[in-house]
Amino acid sequence: MSFPQPKPEVPQLPQNLLRTIDCQQGAVRAVRFNADGNYLLSCGSDKSLKLWSVSRGTLLKTYSGHGYEVLDADGSYDNSQLCSCSSDKTVILWDVATGQVTRKLRGHAGKVNCVQFNEEATVILSGSIDGTVRCWDTRSRKFDPIQILDEAQDGVSSLKVSEHELLTGSVDGRVRRYDLRMGQLHVDFINSPITCVCFSADGQCTLTSSLDSTVRLLDKSTGEMLGEYTGHKMKGYKLDCCLSSKDTHVLSCSEDGHVYCWDLVEGSLMLKLPVGKAVVQSLSFHPSETRLLTAMEGRVQVWGAEPEETEEDVVVVQQEKA
Amino acid sequence: VCSLVLVQGVSVVTSSGPVEYPKPVPLHEQTVKDEKGRYQRFHGAFTGGFSAGYFNTVGTKEGWTPATFVSSRQQKAGRQNARPEDFMDEEDLGDHGIAPRQITTTADFASGRKDVIRDKARAITSLSAPIPGDTVLEDLVAPARSSMGVELLRKMGWKDGQGVGPRVKRRLCKQRADSATRAFGSASPPNGSSESQDEEDGEFLPENLTFAPKDVTPIDFTPKVDLHGLGYRGLNPLAALRGGPGAGHINLFTMDSDRTNSLFGEDRKGQRRRGGVAGQGFGVGAMEDDDEDIYHRDIMSNYDTVLGGEEPGDGLYGWTAPQQYNRTKKDHSKDAAYLGKILEGFTLASDKLETKTVGIFPPPNLPRDFRPVHYFRPVVDLSSVSPMVAQALQTSRGHMAQEAPSKGGRHQLDSAQRRELLGEATLQGSLLNPSRFAPHAEQQQQEALSVWSGPTAQAQTGQTFKPFERTPHKQARYDLYIDQLKQGDRDALELSLDPTMTEWERGRERDEFVRAALLYKPSSSSLSCRFTRGKQDDGVEADTVEVTRDQENDVDDKQAAVKMKMFGKLTRDTFEWHPDNLLCKRFNIPDPYPGSGFVGMPKVKRDKFSVFNFLTVSESPTASASPAPQGNKQSVPLYPDT
Repeated sequence: MSFPQPKPEVPQLPQNLLRTIDCQQGAVRAVRFNADGNYLLSCGSDKSLKLWSVSRGTLLKTYSGHGYEVLDADGSYDNSQLCSCSSDKTVILWDVATGQVTRKLRGHAGKVNCVQFNEEATVILSGSIDGTVRCWDTRSRKFDPIQILDEAQDGVSSLKVSEHELLTGSVDGRVRRYDLRMGQLHVDFINSPITCVCFSADGQCTLTSSLDSTVRLLDKSTGEMLGEYTGHKMKGYKLDCCLSSKDTHVLSCSEDGHVYCWDLVEGSLMLKLPVGKAVVQSLSFHPSETRLLTAMEGRVQVWGAEPEETEEDVVVVQQEKA
Repeated sequence: VCSLVLVQGVSVVTSSGPVEYPKPVPLHEQTVKDEKGRYQRFHGAFTGGFSAGYFNTVGTKEGWTPATFVSSRQQKAGRQNARPEDFMDEEDLGDHGIAPRQITTTADFASGRKDVIRDKARAITSLSAPIPGDTVLEDLVAPARSSMGVELLRKMGWKDGQGVGPRVKRRLCKQRADSATRAFGSASPPNGSSESQDEEDGEFLPENLTFAPKDVTPIDFTPKVDLHGLGYRGLNPLAALRGGPGAGHINLFTMDSDRTNSLFGEDRKGQRRRGGVAGQGFGVGAMEDDDEDIYHRDIMSNYDTVLGGEEPGDGLYGWTAPQQYNRTKKDHSKDAAYLGKILEGFTLASDKLETKTVGIFPPPNLPRDFRPVHYFRPVVDLSSVSPMVAQALQTSRGHMAQEAPSKGGRHQLDSAQRRELLGEATLQGSLLNPSRFAPHAEQQQQEALSVWSGPTAQAQTGQTFKPFERTPHKQARYDLYIDQLKQGDRDALELSLDPTMTEWERGRERDEFVRAALLYKPSSSSLSCRFTRGKQDDGVEADTVEVTRDQENDVDDKQAAVKMKMFGKLTRDTFEWHPDNLLCKRFNIPDPYPGSGFVGMPKVKRDKFSVFNFLTVSESPTASASPAPQGNKQSVPLYPDT
């Protein structure tokens, strides 16, 4: 006896603003979900890195140690370590609970734009304006990187790591995918400085946003363009783009204060989130649910699919009743 | 961090009981005592030497007592032969002494294994002894002792030469008989003459007669380790040293030399000397009959002037009489002759080869116009040699001078060539519409054609410059284009392009080829041989630096492709990249290039003027705003921008 198939859910968009967090960090350069999506990392221009709870919006810990603006951060899979990179050319490995600097990795010749852990948090990969990507070993006590990838001709603006691949986007207009398993490097020419690169969740495509105000979806194996998304404004700033958790939509920041959301397959604009008036600097999508983080100026916004009733309202009602 | 400290002499209690560690022995107690507690003193080496006895004398304090010697008138002391063992003490007779006593099997009960060694030794000595082949002395001296096993067998009814096992009904062992039936009475005959026995008694044997099984012929398992041919036996020493008529000349090359040199071969008039020591050097004894050949005279007929078997004709020398006598002589000895020639370790096959399966195949059917004359195709490509040489080659191949050999044979003609062959009128209008070409391009093509099809171009052999060396496919097409230009083909350009490429790519290639052809004209032949292409670009060398290979490709093509949104093959490059071994370990993936010595990508040359080549970690000034360097110049352009 076969059970009836569950009705396919209509893909939901994070169109409702759930919360706004005032980070008090100067300008928020990057906002990131952690591995499970319960916590939020905000990188501030006041050299601090802050850890917040998403559901409550409360500040959990502040990590100080950088010498200049913190540009990017990432959390390990078990939430025990954080890594962050800064304009002071260093990458710092933090212990989450104690807030101590476990390791300060020096080696880049210019500001480090992007940083990420690999899947098992054994390697930290960082890309810098000096055109190199350095792979740092978290297990050993060595301060030298395991390998330096210097194929980029200009600064590396963004990088992402998967199980066996490393995707880097560079200002020289090329997306480089290093396949460690096959021992190959694939270079895709985009002709415009690249601001952000992402893997798709199924591992078949890569998303690239570049300074010609275009977000492109490229096939990983052949390099062909599967989709092109335009309408937003990305002309001068390094802004983020991402895919939704189920690869249904493409989202991108824009310099006009909105977040644009397109349908992946059709390429039509589905949603234009009014974040504010200034440039939306960074965004991050929840790993499994429909939840979005955006960063504009000094504040972080949390967006969800369904509007939640805020706690303040509930409290007010109760007090009134009492 | 904790460390284990083991206290010596303290017992440790484990699950199986207390473990006793041996206590360390202090130096003054490290001595050797014999079984009686006496300190041992050693000669020579520290251990294992002979003991010094009792203060360097005999073994005990009492000294060595000889055997008592008694001799009186009644009792003369028996002859006592002193054996060495009498003078040895316990230590010498022990395990490590000079005469250790072991328990071994006596010769009566020992197996035949030791006999094998003795037999081999005997065989070796027999060859090298002064009396080769004869083991007379050995047989006299060695005791004729059979082992206990042989004795037991004999007592049970076995006789020499028989096999061991249950009795069989027939000699050929087709059935196994009851062992209870009566055995054949007299001594079983030796194996060699069994056949004759069978033939005689085949009809007369009673039914319940059984025979002893045949003895197994021992198979020699010694491997062949020499390099002689199969069945090679050296010079027979008997033949070499014996006297007689065969002694003077040893004929190695006769057909049946095996037989003449065999041990049991012809024994004419008996052997002169039994021991084999004979010949002209040894003389003739008084008791012996006169030897004919005391004075050996060598005759030329002993020696061949030609190799055997080259007699013309059938060997009959005109003999016309019936050949029955001749044949019979050969016939019945054929088998024996064949048997004699069987190699060692081989026997005649039991079943004949079927001639059908391994048959003689008929020769192939020749085509009617086949002429058994071969002419060689020239290795030289016609287009790369001078026309004189080309013509000479063509005539040598049998082609007419006017006929241009079509490239793919007669199956790959196009309509124009077929028209020519058939002699039809040529079509009006052009072959391929040139309306696409701009007049300028047309002019260029004509120019290229005129340049390349002249005589100087033909004279150039191999020194042409390859503009597209880095892309071999493109270079191949360019070569094809040049070849066709040399031959004066108008449509060289069209024909040399790759039809699998896209239209746009073909257009680009067309332009590139024309430009390259004009630019790299062949120089006049007399001077060109004095110049050669430089291996390195001297002017540019100083300014270039090694870079990874991904930068050397042309960016313009890619930009055009991106503008046309043709991502994919045009925009993607794939390179070999070596990850670090540790990086692979950290990512938990196997190293794709385990043996590679380098990390990263293989490098080629590039401009070295880049800001970041000078930046190091310690020297860098402030971090702020280091501007991106100027776009780096490419390496030597492949063709000038027109």
